[in-house]
Amino acid sequence: MSLSLTNRHCWFEATARARINGLLDTGSFSEILPPAASQPSPHLAQLDLPGAFDDGVIVGYGQLEKKPIFVIAQEGQFMGGAVGEIHGAKIVGLLRRAAREKPAAVLFLIDSGGVRLHEANAGLIAISEIMRAVLDARAAGVPVIALVGGSCGAFGGMGIVAKLCSAILISEEGRLALSGPEVIETVAGVEEFDAKDRALVWRVTGGKHRYLMGDCAMLVDDDIAAFRTGTTAFLADWREPAPSAALLRARQQVLENRLAAYGTLRDGLQVWAALGVAQPESVPMLDRDSLVALKEGLPT
Amino acid sequence: MEMLEFRFDSKPGARPTDPALCGVVGSGNLEILVQPSEQPDCCQVRIKTSARGFGATWRAVIGDFAASHAAGGTAIAINDMGATPAVVSLRLAQALADYQGGAL
Repeated sequence: MSLSLTNRHCWFEATARARINGLLDTGSFSEILPPAASQPSPHLAQLDLPGAFDDGVIVGYGQLEKKPIFVIAQEGQFMGGAVGEIHGAKIVGLLRRAAREKPAAVLFLIDSGGVRLHEANAGLIAISEIMRAVLDARAAGVPVIALVGGSCGAFGGMGIVAKLCSAILISEEGRLALSGPEVIETVAGVEEFDAKDRALVWRVTGGKHRYLMGDCAMLVDDDIAAFRTGTTAFLADWREPAPSAALLRARQQVLENRLAAYGTLRDGLQVWAALGVAQPESVPMLDRDSLVALKEGLPT
Repeated sequence: MEMLEFRFDSKPGARPTDPALCGVVGSGNLEILVQPSEQPDCCQVRIKTSARGFGATWRAVIGDFAASHAAGGTAIAINDMGATPAVVSLRLAQALADYQGGAL
């Protein structure tokens, strides 16, 4: 699907509020704890930093194609979307309510580098509470869908949270990993990973790579309407499975096989060749539809 | 961080009950929350800014805004991360337009 620039509303550059407005049915969104009722972070105030009224996350409910939906949207432009105490509490509260009220799904618009280091243990605890709340909502039968396509991607604790969701929809611009590129370079040296090499960063953590590897259920264009269409199509086919040890063991086996097959490779290019892509160097320039066609033609 | 508070006379404008928010607390940007106040001919502004020592500039920018817009009856709260005066002026106009439901 090739979109003209004038019809396109870029997800990557949009604010969290603009993403919600374009994603849900027009005018259907109601915010819980809106800016006038919410509190900026007391931790940031202690450090003499201005907070944001909504603490960098918007939670609420609305409709998608007339179905009741809960939404969480992180604002990547505020402190890298990092999770502080209030930010985390808002997310956990919404997920717990979802487990009780059972909407058709929770859409989790992740745009975050992980824990807000300024808030130290409070931020770490918040992340672990989010993980538990995602799993509890899923166990109650509510799909939790991660949408990743913002400038901060999904890293650190939020990378783990993304993988705990029922599925991830990602754009080429989106990124997903545990340690961010700069963290790896700082800890292991530039020979291990050059964080300034943006092409390398995307070949290892970017949306196309994650989709080819099967980490993400769907690759969508960097367009708010494309995320809406993709989410609607995904939910139409998805039934949240009951949690089971057998499913976890099967997943563990897939990951072990993957480590054995690709664990020594250094770059997305090598992984794609090993996956059976005939011309791996062409992958970064393919548009979304061509890449999806390529993946569907790969040996499984 | 510096906290500033200003109060300027301004022509009374529409005073909807729903607050409006615009902007994000990101580098070189700010967020502005506009809510109704009790005083119809006055615009109150509270600012938290990461950049210290720019009180006179804020006073000039907010004073100009209050004089050129019907911003009476509003209580405006700002969280700022180093926005330039031009960005502040544009966001103030945008926030007021969002609040009053009109176009810019």
